Amino acid sequence: MLSKSQARNFFVGFTVLFSGTFLALTVDSMRQVPARSNESALTDEAIAGKYLWESNNCMGCHTILGEGAYYAPELTKVVDRRGEAWIKLFLKDPEAMYPGRRKMTNYQFTDEQISQLVAFFSWIGKVDTNGFPAPPDLMVGAASAAVPGTPTALASAPEIVGQVCLGCHSVGGKGGNVGPALDGVALRRSPENLDTWLRDPAAMKPGTAMPQLNLDEPTRAALVSWLSTLH
Amino acid sequence: MRYRSQKVAYLFFATSMLLLSLQVIYGFIMGFAHIGYDNLHSVVPFNTARATHTNLLVVWLLSGFMGSAYYIIPEEAERELYSVKAAVVQWASLVVVSVTAIIGFHFNWWEGRKFLEIPRPLDYLVVVNVLLFVGNIGMTTFKGRRFTTTGLVLLSGLVSAALLYLPGMISFDSQVYDSYFRWWVVHLWVEGVWELIMGAILSFLLIKLTGVDREVIEKWLYVIVGLTFLSGILGTGHHYYWIGTPEYWKTIGGFFSALEPLAFLGMAIYGVTMARRGGKSPDNRVALLWTVGCGIMSFVGAGFLGFAHTLPQVNLYTHGTLVTAMHGHMAFWGAYAMLVLAMIAYALPEMTGRKLYRGWLPEWAFWISNIGMVGMTGAFAVAGISQVYLERRVGMDFLAVQEAISVHFVGLILAGSLFTVGIGMFIWNFIQYGTPNDEVLPTSGS
Repeated sequence: MLSKSQARNFFVGFTVLFSGTFLALTVDSMRQVPARSNESALTDEAIAGKYLWESNNCMGCHTILGEGAYYAPELTKVVDRRGEAWIKLFLKDPEAMYPGRRKMTNYQFTDEQISQLVAFFSWIGKVDTNGFPAPPDLMVGAASAAVPGTPTALASAPEIVGQVCLGCHSVGGKGGNVGPALDGVALRRSPENLDTWLRDPAAMKPGTAMPQLNLDEPTRAALVSWLSTLH
Repeated sequence: MRYRSQKVAYLFFATSMLLLSLQVIYGFIMGFAHIGYDNLHSVVPFNTARATHTNLLVVWLLSGFMGSAYYIIPEEAERELYSVKAAVVQWASLVVVSVTAIIGFHFNWWEGRKFLEIPRPLDYLVVVNVLLFVGNIGMTTFKGRRFTTTGLVLLSGLVSAALLYLPGMISFDSQVYDSYFRWWVVHLWVEGVWELIMGAILSFLLIKLTGVDREVIEKWLYVIVGLTFLSGILGTGHHYYWIGTPEYWKTIGGFFSALEPLAFLGMAIYGVTMARRGGKSPDNRVALLWTVGCGIMSFVGAGFLGFAHTLPQVNLYTHGTLVTAMHGHMAFWGAYAMLVLAMIAYALPEMTGRKLYRGWLPEWAFWISNIGMVGMTGAFAVAGISQVYLERRVGMDFLAVQEAISVHFVGLILAGSLFTVGIGMFIWNFIQYGTPNDEVLPTSGS
């Protein structure tokens, strides 16, 4: 039967052995991380973004690299998923994008701070995470059966449509359901009417859930002319 | 209680009770937010509630460990505590640091790193506080008349926990390194050195409550803490699957994590067999109930539920979902919360001389809080597993999934209410005991 001193040796022996192994593996990991985490692309702007991420405890709701809280979305690949334009717009006024739903505090970030956060997300999105988060593997066939390919109307859409508008509106069954579907919008609204609407939605319809996007002139013009093709 | 200075433990135990009640309140704030009742959002946004909830947990457990150490060490070393005054100062500074930190969280003052949210200036105060504590306990041990395995394992657990706080204070520009060393604190605490503290406190309680020979109990203590480090150190690898570290961590972390339940299984078997071997039923049946319950629930929560999502093939989908919350709640409850409650249930009658462990109240406090916690774990499990399938495997939108699973948070709140009733009963029992009493000390010469 095991004696007390044998038990102690078992404890001390394994502790020393595995602590040593762990330290050796840590040294090796530190050697590999710079290449795997694309460290040369970690700019001052991205580092400033990480500081903002920490000083506002974003991990208290979101996860990054899967670590944090489970109240708000995982953000490691958020730039791939949403695009920079959407994130910048969202951070200006988070509740405007999801009226009446789960709330995010408006931190009153400046444009510079928002760019820093986006730089941080862009950097972390390129870290080699061994495949996390995994792309959804069920229903892949079913989803593509429901909406075959890209609706033709979207093929000619300006970039902002995919990055921002489809977060709430849909075209040909693709997109969100917060705002009305945009199919046939040209039949209901004139180009002038659309232009005024996009400049300041609340002026036209007080209390609307549609956020003021502050689009620059060329972007808004391109958007209006594309919307006017949706018959 | 054999030494007057052991009384100082009461301050720490009372603090634990107070912070535990606050922790429960912040839990409810988050539970209601999940079902859409976020009326407190402008005052206590979710990230504040979350940081407060988890930090209160850490502080009340640490306060419980410290109280336990101040109670156990004099008895093991057979002498009065080195300095009671230092212990009181240390207690006061612990309260000041934690209250400041908690208030700061409500004003966006924090470090924003999961579990280590306490802002940097306060970290230094924590270090001073812990040095004072470890110094006092260490001096008592070394000046003592007796060196026991239980005392030494407890002391080495506390010292290692203090040392492992330091890697969490290094700041890194890269999130990858930041995360890597943050787990040195968080993982190596709860799945490493805290288990030394747990094993030592269980060992002390089993010696006192069962009357089994100390040599036998302490031999198995070595085996259990040996299993802890055998599995837990390289088991840290399960936090290194997806954070930008090399792929070999999937193999190493997966293998050693799979062994981690062994240490907790050891704790469970330890409690049950020693309680049986003791033969005589102790006066303080409630303390034994919490002690054996701690061994068993730590195996279910930390061992079994941890194993359930630790394999890399599973963790790829469950990582960063409510499945973690499921495991986390029962693991901390079983392994550490019940441990502190067991110690309190044992020490209070010893310190006050009142035998209020008889009767329905303390026993029902045990059963109701445990049934409540099992229900909460079940609610998190259903919510978490649904989230994994809908969001991670089917690809539904995050918020749409959250709204679909919000009904399970109604279940969580109901189970949480039951849990709260149990905790309320425990605290009521605690208050009934009153404060420590010198009359229980053995008269000189006896």
